[in-house]
Amino acid sequence: MSGVFVFIDQFGGSALPAAWESLGAGRRLADTLGVPLTALIFGQNISAVTQEAFYYSADRVIACDDSTLADFRLEPYVALLDKVITEQQPTIVLAGATTRGRELIAAAAADANAALLPDVIEISLENGTLKATHPIYAGKVLSTITATGSTQFATLRNRAFPAPAVDSTRTGETITVSPVLTEDQILTKVDGLEQTKGEANLGDARIVVSAGRGVGGPDGFKPVRELADVLGAALGASRATVDAGWIPYAHQVGQTGRTVSPDLYIAVGISGAIQHQAGMRTAKVIVAINKDPDAPIFKLAQYGIVGDLFKVLPALTQTLREKLGSRS
Amino acid sequence: MQIVVVTKSTPDTAAKVEVNASGAVTWGDAQMVINPWDEYSVTEAVLLKEAHKVKTTILSVGAEAHTDALKQGLAIGIDEAVRVWETGMEGQDTLSYANAVAAAIRKLGDVGLVIFGRELVDVATDAHIFMVARKLGWPVLGSVAKIAAIDFAAQTIRVERMIEEGKVTLTSKLPLVISVLKGINEPRYPSFINIRKASKATIPAWGSADLGIDPNAVSGAGSHVHTTGYQNLPVRQGAVQIIDGANETEKAQKLVARLIEEKVL
Repeated sequence: MSGVFVFIDQFGGSALPAAWESLGAGRRLADTLGVPLTALIFGQNISAVTQEAFYYSADRVIACDDSTLADFRLEPYVALLDKVITEQQPTIVLAGATTRGRELIAAAAADANAALLPDVIEISLENGTLKATHPIYAGKVLSTITATGSTQFATLRNRAFPAPAVDSTRTGETITVSPVLTEDQILTKVDGLEQTKGEANLGDARIVVSAGRGVGGPDGFKPVRELADVLGAALGASRATVDAGWIPYAHQVGQTGRTVSPDLYIAVGISGAIQHQAGMRTAKVIVAINKDPDAPIFKLAQYGIVGDLFKVLPALTQTLREKLGSRS
Repeated sequence: MQIVVVTKSTPDTAAKVEVNASGAVTWGDAQMVINPWDEYSVTEAVLLKEAHKVKTTILSVGAEAHTDALKQGLAIGIDEAVRVWETGMEGQDTLSYANAVAAAIRKLGDVGLVIFGRELVDVATDAHIFMVARKLGWPVLGSVAKIAAIDFAAQTIRVERMIEEGKVTLTSKLPLVISVLKGINEPRYPSFINIRKASKATIPAWGSADLGIDPNAVSGAGSHVHTTGYQNLPVRQGAVQIIDGANETEKAQKLVARLIEEKVL
């Protein structure tokens, strides 16, 4: 038994917040079991992330730095993860439920014919095996799931687990491994990447400001963006605004969009259909701004302002600018 | 060469889903619909069929109720439907489900592309997509926003895939498994005539013996993940506090003061 392994999802040499959150969850499980915590870091130019993994509580790092791993592709990543798992026989393998983390852990669990607890919001050990809470039916119900088997896999929802405190005096052993597949054995090839610039990632965001049909059109997003900017918040949107072509799909929150779990969710001109609630109901504090006092969103919100968003938003942005200064 | 779409019936997205007094998940008298993400995968298969003259098959692993999603697919323009089910599959975990899907795709033979919707909303996971690809030994590209090019004869494909950081363009060999996002197409809905036609279709139901696999690999009892219970979401404490004030600035100041007290700013 070589303990708890956590895959650290990184992009361009920086780890995603969900990676450190899952390392924190892994730390608690490793301490309960009395086993070491190992961070798995695959990619190219990953020395900074390797260093940080120790600061974020890893005891050991297994690293593979190779050009075939520069861009994430499932084939070389899972071939390598499978080999590490077969050789080291970890009890638990975790990752943040990011796009790459979900794909990799599902594939590795299939290759190992092992249990996978997906997208969990709570995780613990019961009689030495994993027990977790998984929101299902678009987040309308919680299921309690348990795993059996000698290696158990789980992915952890963004922002559901706290990241460990940073201790920059910590260090540990780094084991360097070689890739399993050569470039000519990999069937998928990356032709190009178009990076989204200057927008906060919805999944990681501490504050989300979302707009609905009430903004009236694409121009109506202007005061919403200004509020988001002063808060350093990610910009969300209802399905109606995306379907109307007012804002790209990447911003959609809800059943056929993104699920977010911020500390603060400000819903502007959003009525709050059940499909929208599915994507944001786990926010810690919800604020609704809507001219219709009977909008369903007010049943979910802790704080509400009934009024014209084109008057309320500028006043709110101005007040925040005075109180906080600009965070963007 | 054929395209396979994998689907399931799920409760209507507007349904109030909750846990009843005996601990079971219910959605009242709300109807079952095709998994919302699969409106895009079915439509994409039909568009590819029209452009490339390939056969399309829709597949579901599930009890009789899932026949409705299959018939919906047929009515939209998919050529054939297959359902996989047998007693003992109740309570199967994602891996057992994926084993059954992969075995059915293998039995269909000559499959060049498997298309899934981004996730299944009932079990709220996309893990089965990547598990099916691994069981087939094929590459997989998730979260595809566009098929930029596909050549069934040369067995090549180029797609655009969305990740947290933006859009990645990739090429791959076929056969390939993909999952598609909303926005890849404008979903098609069936006409009444086609719904009536599809309602008369006889859809084969395959069991583990038909698939030539160990029943234990696709059963609930053979699964590694078990559900021990369901809970309703914790009810939010208290009613909404409506912030009042003489003017918008006063309301804004009161709200900001509350949010600072809540430590969310």
